Amino acid sequence: MGCEEKGAVSDDRFLLAGREVRSRLLVGTGKYVDLAQTAAAVEASGAEIVTVAIRRTNIGQYPGQPNLLDVISPERYTLLPNTAGCYTAQDAVRTLRLARELLDDHRLVKLEVLGDPDTLFPNMTETLVAAEILVKEGFSVMVYCSDDPIMARRLEDLGCVAIMPLASLIGSGMGILNPWNLGIILERATVPVIVDAGVGTASDAAIAMELGCAGVLMNTAIAQARDPMQMAHAMGLAVQAGRLAWRAGRMPRKPYRASPSSPSLGLIQ
Amino acid sequence: MMYLTVNGLVHRYEVLPTLLQLLQELGVEGRRVAVECNGDIVPRSQYGHVMLNSGDCLEIVVAVGGG
Repeated sequence: MGCEEKGAVSDDRFLLAGREVRSRLLVGTGKYVDLAQTAAAVEASGAEIVTVAIRRTNIGQYPGQPNLLDVISPERYTLLPNTAGCYTAQDAVRTLRLARELLDDHRLVKLEVLGDPDTLFPNMTETLVAAEILVKEGFSVMVYCSDDPIMARRLEDLGCVAIMPLASLIGSGMGILNPWNLGIILERATVPVIVDAGVGTASDAAIAMELGCAGVLMNTAIAQARDPMQMAHAMGLAVQAGRLAWRAGRMPRKPYRASPSSPSLGLIQ
Repeated sequence: MMYLTVNGLVHRYEVLPTLLQLLQELGVEGRRVAVECNGDIVPRSQYGHVMLNSGDCLEIVVAVGGG
């Protein structure tokens, strides 16, 4: 594991595309019952970077319907428009150009180019193509990717501002399946590495942070919990706990040998 | 008869609206939307100046919940 924090600043914020970010928990806004629940859960999470999707407006169907941006205000949160549902580089680039216009020249984006509707695994060749175009157009690209260290390096070399490998399948809640690959990526990366996708409960988030990740991005684990507000709070605490544990440095593992915590001397005979 | 394709649906017109009129008609004018016309993004500042032509293909998008 890498011992150097990537992009650390003194009060433990992390540097992302030149800005200091306080909360290491990043959250999505999908799958909530309604906008009120979305707003409450996002607030309870303490997140400051919040993902949104870009979709066709429902023309004429609900003319007065509330807008997500009415409750997740761009003034309060750093919005991270995504390219969820895009299967080609072209569609992803098009979506983020629209997002930039929609959000008043906003440049920080989450790129994801999917390869398969059953697994939502990323299509890495299309992701590389899109990342190159977006970086050239001045976007700050946080990129959802496989946990392949070679791909992570390629994306970093292209100029992506954060590498966001999946921990397991999107929305699966299966947790951190390959901490070793994440460890290799972390050891080599010089930009923040953020686990994106797969976290199911608080301990998963803590494990990601204990590995040395700069942050964790999640949506379903909070939105589909029985009580999203409590889970949002739990995730915020887990990310902080995991982060503190990583900074503290865990004790070495000592397999097969116990070591008593109480004195061996002075036993009552 | 002239027509526009808006978010994949065909709208027919006797007289074509301007983009601004179309957005007003759809109830999204002044709201947080982004507009693409025939694949090109239309800056918000240009809405009042864009004349539409029959056959134009428009996409009007908003931010929605997503992860």
